[in-house]
Amino acid sequence: MAEIVIKQVAKRFGGFTALHSIDLTIADQEFMVLLGASGCGKTTLLRIVAGLETPSQGEVWIGGRRVDHLPPRERGIAMVFQNYAVFPHLTVFENIAFGLRMKKLPQQEVDGRVNRTAELMHIEQLLKRYSGQLSGGQRQRVAVARALAMEPDVILMDEPLSNLDALLRLEMRAELKGVLAASKTTTIYVTHDQVEAMSLADRIAVMHQGRIVQAASPVEVYRNPAARFVGSFIGNPPMNFIPATKTADGSWTVAGLTLPGPKSDKQTIEFAIRPEDVDAGNEGINATVRVVEPLGPHTLVTCDVEGGLFRAILESNATVAVGDHLRLSPKPDRVRWFDPETTNAL
Amino acid sequence: MSTVAELSIAAPEARKAGNWLLVATVILLCVWVLLPIYLLIVNALSSPEEVTAFPKRFFPSFDFGSLSFFINFAGVAKALWNSVLVATLTMLLSIGFGAPAGYALSRFEFPGKETFRFLVLMTRAFPLPLLALPLAVMFIRTGLDDTAIGLALVHTTLALPFAVLITFSLFSGIPVELEEAAWTLGCTRLQAFRKVILPLALPGIAASAVFAFTISWNEVFAAAVLTIENRTLTAFLLQSLGESPLYLKFAGGAALVIPALIFIFAVRKYLFAMWGIANR
Repeated sequence: MAEIVIKQVAKRFGGFTALHSIDLTIADQEFMVLLGASGCGKTTLLRIVAGLETPSQGEVWIGGRRVDHLPPRERGIAMVFQNYAVFPHLTVFENIAFGLRMKKLPQQEVDGRVNRTAELMHIEQLLKRYSGQLSGGQRQRVAVARALAMEPDVILMDEPLSNLDALLRLEMRAELKGVLAASKTTTIYVTHDQVEAMSLADRIAVMHQGRIVQAASPVEVYRNPAARFVGSFIGNPPMNFIPATKTADGSWTVAGLTLPGPKSDKQTIEFAIRPEDVDAGNEGINATVRVVEPLGPHTLVTCDVEGGLFRAILESNATVAVGDHLRLSPKPDRVRWFDPETTNAL
Repeated sequence: MSTVAELSIAAPEARKAGNWLLVATVILLCVWVLLPIYLLIVNALSSPEEVTAFPKRFFPSFDFGSLSFFINFAGVAKALWNSVLVATLTMLLSIGFGAPAGYALSRFEFPGKETFRFLVLMTRAFPLPLLALPLAVMFIRTGLDDTAIGLALVHTTLALPFAVLITFSLFSGIPVELEEAAWTLGCTRLQAFRKVILPLALPGIAASAVFAFTISWNEVFAAAVLTIENRTLTAFLLQSLGESPLYLKFAGGAALVIPALIFIFAVRKYLFAMWGIANR
């Protein structure tokens, strides 16, 4: 049982503020992904939870115990590092056994746990090798096995798959999900890869410039971005944004199309729609086709709308050519609106 | 058009001339360094009569007359023992102080870090002869004069900058994540150092120790000024070889140079690392 509570944690490096007062609660056995571009503070936050970095202010609680002044070894955590950090002078067996020996477990228990986790990670044939004799993917497995063998309350992962090639990453991703779900630990997983985040997470905390912009389930983050940044960061291609002008109370004009929208005293707000949530038809937004990319299951069309770029994903049997004028109608229940000043959802 | 043709002809010729210059320089430097060592070894391995004879033989006769005379020369054994003792003390002191400093430089950010690194190097810019007289006076007052530990302290001052810089580059080459991983796996800072960092750094630390040993082994000025009875081999040879025969000088020289050469050769990889030159 290990719920993680992060209370008003901030981190400053000299004059630079890496984290602004973060509040986040991660439920027991939850898989939480911290997602953001590099430099957003996600790794710093993870390292504060691990105890490798001291927060400038705030509290960290793990399993009902305040831990922010404890060293890493007293926090009940295990960590997997981006570059694996497999000890080069020890065999795979001794690497996995390292933490167990520190706990002074009896040899029989050590053997049992090492063999069990090695089997789980499919590295039982590598136990006698050294890290120099392993491939990147195998080292990654050793690092995960070493963390799992500790049977920790919390596993912290810092971009564990980013050094692997694409195919291996896909394979390890699915495997990690299964293994971690079975281990019943609470997991914090840092990544800049949105696909990884979407596929692994129970909940995603999207971070931007040292703040958590939104913490919600993957579908919620995708469908209902809390801020413009979330919509533009998640999704490939990202959300489309078009300025909207007020015509009446709760009615807005978007590139020649009048749509019902939120009530606001502002004269202009932003209209947003995902590329797959528009249909080409007889009415809708005026768009001039610039690029057509047939991708197989569907066709990605990049258009000009009021001088800005607008991407639409259309059915692959749609016959569209460069220079065509399209009318794109947004699906009403998928339209989102953002305040251009605060960038928050309306 | 003609200039292009000239250039294309001139280029390989210029490169050829450059190559010759390079080869010539390399040969010159090798001769500069190797010739004295060669003469030293040839003469040390010749019989006393051959050393003074002319013309010289190209290969030594492997006569150990000179060397055995040198070994049995009064005072040599004691001086040799003093040298080993002082060098060992120097080695222990410079690693004992240098390795922690190197570790701190590689792992911690602290104010004045760059200044400290600079000052470590600057100690080498301070000429020892300038210090010798006040140091000798101070040593006599404190009773450190003519002792192995006193001389080892001076030699440690000379060896410490190198010990700090070698171990600094050594620890910097070990990813900090290894240490952090050890902490998360239940180690204290000290345990992580002992179980993870030390085994990885040990060959380099040994190399740095050997280098400190060699610095002390080769040092003559402080040894000559600060010791009278308990002379090290260098100081002993400097004092007694002025009036001793030529073959004894060669044997003594060889006895000093060859261990130092072997030590430096053994640790060369780490000395390159100190200056940030990637080896291999």
